[in-house]
Amino acid sequence: MSTKTIAGAQINVSEEGYLEDMDQWSPEVAKEIANEVGIELTDKHFEVLNYLREKTKEGEALTIRKVGKSGITDIKGLYTLFPKGPLKFSAKIAGIPKPASCV
Amino acid sequence: MSSTEKKPLEKVCIICAKGSLEDVYATLVMANGAVMEGIETNVFFTFFGLEGIIKERMNHLHTATTGNPAMRMPGGLPFPTMLGGLPGVEAGVSKMMRHQMEELDMPPVDEFLEMITAGGGMIYACKLAVDMFKLEKEDLHEEVDSIITIGDFYGLCDGDRTQIIFT
Repeated sequence: MSTKTIAGAQINVSEEGYLEDMDQWSPEVAKEIANEVGIELTDKHFEVLNYLREKTKEGEALTIRKVGKSGITDIKGLYTLFPKGPLKFSAKIAGIPKPASCV
Repeated sequence: MSSTEKKPLEKVCIICAKGSLEDVYATLVMANGAVMEGIETNVFFTFFGLEGIIKERMNHLHTATTGNPAMRMPGGLPFPTMLGGLPGVEAGVSKMMRHQMEELDMPPVDEFLEMITAGGGMIYACKLAVDMFKLEKEDLHEEVDSIITIGDFYGLCDGDRTQIIFT
């Protein structure tokens, strides 16, 4: 674990850049992490991020299939929002742990 | 010169030549996993692997209950081969396997193919096998891009960070 300054705040992150404590997250932190992976966040992105954070708090394992059935966007839409990393990048930007799911 | 420089995989070409439930799902999980990691993905279905993309049969694949020494009864006891040969046993066991997979959020085959293509993965059928089984493009699921020769397939496997995987 290391500490990184993101959006002016000291944030604990894993070696791969995932937040260690999801309560240190803020929309500003999200925007800065998104910039690092080349994504400009829109309202639709935040809908997905909030969904992921909510489900993580409830202790659910996340899959792209679940997000695709959330009613927010379908899987194609999820790939458009988070190219080349629908679960990896969205989780990183949402400030939740790296998904342990294979689907 | 640094010999420790990482060279991430850029493309995978996966060949599915067998048509049992576990063979087809091994292909689908690996393909979908690659697409999710941002790796360019081509999947080539050939011979009995075609079962995984034939519209009428793809969602009813079976796992072998005879000649499968890894098969276990619920609870872990070895599965008697004689039992596996009884009518309906293979269908029942296969249904149970599909149910278990659904619990882990593994979709049915057709939906899995859609997930792969939604992320830009490409699905192909082998021309020789399609001709051999006397199939037409209409028999195959809509997500199958085209029927190609093995030469075409190798043409898709270019690039020095490409791997071919035979499941």
